[in-house]
Amino acid sequence: MIQTTNSSTLIQTDRFTLSETERSAIEHEMHHYEDPRAASIEALKIVQKARGWVPDGAADAIGEILGIPASDVEGVATFYSQIFRQPVGRHIIRVCDSMTCYIGGHESVVAEMHKQLGIGLGQTSADERFTLLPVCCLGNCDKAPAVMIDDDTFGDIQPADVATLLEAYK
Amino acid sequence: MKALTSIGPANRVTRSEETHPLTWRLRDDAQPVWLAEYQAKNGYAAARKALTEMAQADIVQTVKESGLKGRGGAGFPTGVKWGLMPADESMNIRYLLCNADEMEPNTWKDRMLMEQLPHLLVEGMLISARALKAYRGYIFLRGEYVDAAANLNRAIDEAKSAGLLGKNIFGSGFDFELFVHTGAGRYICGEETALINSLEGRRANPRAKPPFPAAVGVWGKPTCVNNVETLCNVPAIVGQGVDWYKGLARPGSEDHGTKLMGFSGKVKKPGLWELPFGVTARELFEEHAGGMRDGYRLKCWQPGGAGTGFLLPEHLDAQMYAGGIAKVGTRMGTGLALAVDDSINMVSLLRNMEEFFARESCGWCTPCRDGLPWSVKILRALERGQGTAEDIRTLLGLVNFLGPGKTFCAHAPGAVEPLGSAIKYFREEFEAGVAKVANTPRMPASTS
Repeated sequence: MIQTTNSSTLIQTDRFTLSETERSAIEHEMHHYEDPRAASIEALKIVQKARGWVPDGAADAIGEILGIPASDVEGVATFYSQIFRQPVGRHIIRVCDSMTCYIGGHESVVAEMHKQLGIGLGQTSADERFTLLPVCCLGNCDKAPAVMIDDDTFGDIQPADVATLLEAYK
Repeated sequence: MKALTSIGPANRVTRSEETHPLTWRLRDDAQPVWLAEYQAKNGYAAARKALTEMAQADIVQTVKESGLKGRGGAGFPTGVKWGLMPADESMNIRYLLCNADEMEPNTWKDRMLMEQLPHLLVEGMLISARALKAYRGYIFLRGEYVDAAANLNRAIDEAKSAGLLGKNIFGSGFDFELFVHTGAGRYICGEETALINSLEGRRANPRAKPPFPAAVGVWGKPTCVNNVETLCNVPAIVGQGVDWYKGLARPGSEDHGTKLMGFSGKVKKPGLWELPFGVTARELFEEHAGGMRDGYRLKCWQPGGAGTGFLLPEHLDAQMYAGGIAKVGTRMGTGLALAVDDSINMVSLLRNMEEFFARESCGWCTPCRDGLPWSVKILRALERGQGTAEDIRTLLGLVNFLGPGKTFCAHAPGAVEPLGSAIKYFREEFEAGVAKVANTPRMPASTS
């Protein structure tokens, strides 16, 4: 079954099963590498793409396919900042916090988002619409400050732009 | 409001094949250059030459003689790195990895190359793989670069269909396959041995060196890791030759060729340009970036990324090449400079930078894992005006204890380089954060 992204389901009692699509995508990735372990990060991303986050049982299921201990998969899942081990909002806002964006005023953009969404960095809005995260330099330093929402990157964002920007993501 | 995909001044300056080997093929509209157009602009001619007319050792020798140095920030000579690959022919499974994990704050050069000239990287990797006898390559790309991923994958598909990747390329008998591997965050993946661990599906902790990747790399096999821009230099070097390449830099420069250089911050025209090594930082700042915006004054600048030291306006006459920037006391890094204006407080700026470095420490070695959060704690206190008289001395102690040679990799040394230079040049701003009434001394988080 597919887990919901409801943040109240932090304790998962249902048994985790990979969907056929997830399983075949992971098996396809394995063949790009000399050792199946190399697909562990991609496998976590495949699960996260389907479910929004990586539920507890995923480490066991992925470990079984790749032939590595679940603890290794969990170690990888908790190391990388773009793998989410708890439910997140429908849209991920990544605010670049490089010193270039600091000079461009990114902290006032974060403050405006806090004002409008009631969340700080690392938090998810009550309506589960947005999760707000800091991110390493997005490579838009000539257009600082930069913000990425899902797969879209925006530049020259000022606090006055925040309302319009968020409006596009329901 | 939506950012135009990596369009910038690099597209708009007058460019030629003779003077701008990296960017002359860019389109004025900043759209990607796909295979047909790339080939019409002489693309893959260098690869054909390398695979059909040159011996493998000659390619290595050509790159060695060109003086090409790594463009990822460290500046290690590429030909020397290539020469470290084992001579033993029985070690026939070898890998070429492209470090496309561009996350250094204030660095956006590889993104532009991969988004707009994906075939230049594919061609550079094809020639380099031939030189290194690698049968397979991976482009380790950060996950946030979604456009670069799409464009590289399309370019690889085009190249495969045209027989430029796969079996028996140009009838030379050489086989090479190429994959894009996308990451899942963490700055440390850009450290080459951490990148290898990450590619293997492990936590991105750096590995001990030696053995170097050339001897024991990904899956224990001989491996070479090169930056995107480095690999993009290879086709022109092979195609147009060493003499031409060595004539590109300005007089006085010990480095050869051109470099993607930039200037950002509150300058009039922030941007990225392909310029010859040896231009002065002043030329970059005044002529290309147009100087500071009205109402702002240049307070200090960083020559090439978060891990390089701060310099003063008087240092702008330094030439942009490794030795030229070393003369004024820091490293050139990525060559994409940042202007800090007079509205910025150095304590707050350093607090922002050290928060980044502390967050991105992989946690493997103690000085980095504990020292960086300690510096953040002190900088936050100084920013609030609640520092102690000891704090600046403690920060300078951390600059020393986290410096080169004392940690497992270059992460912590890169983190303290800007801190040390900021205290050196702007000590009074740090002293201003010391509380007028004495506080209890601050101990590291891990000390009870």
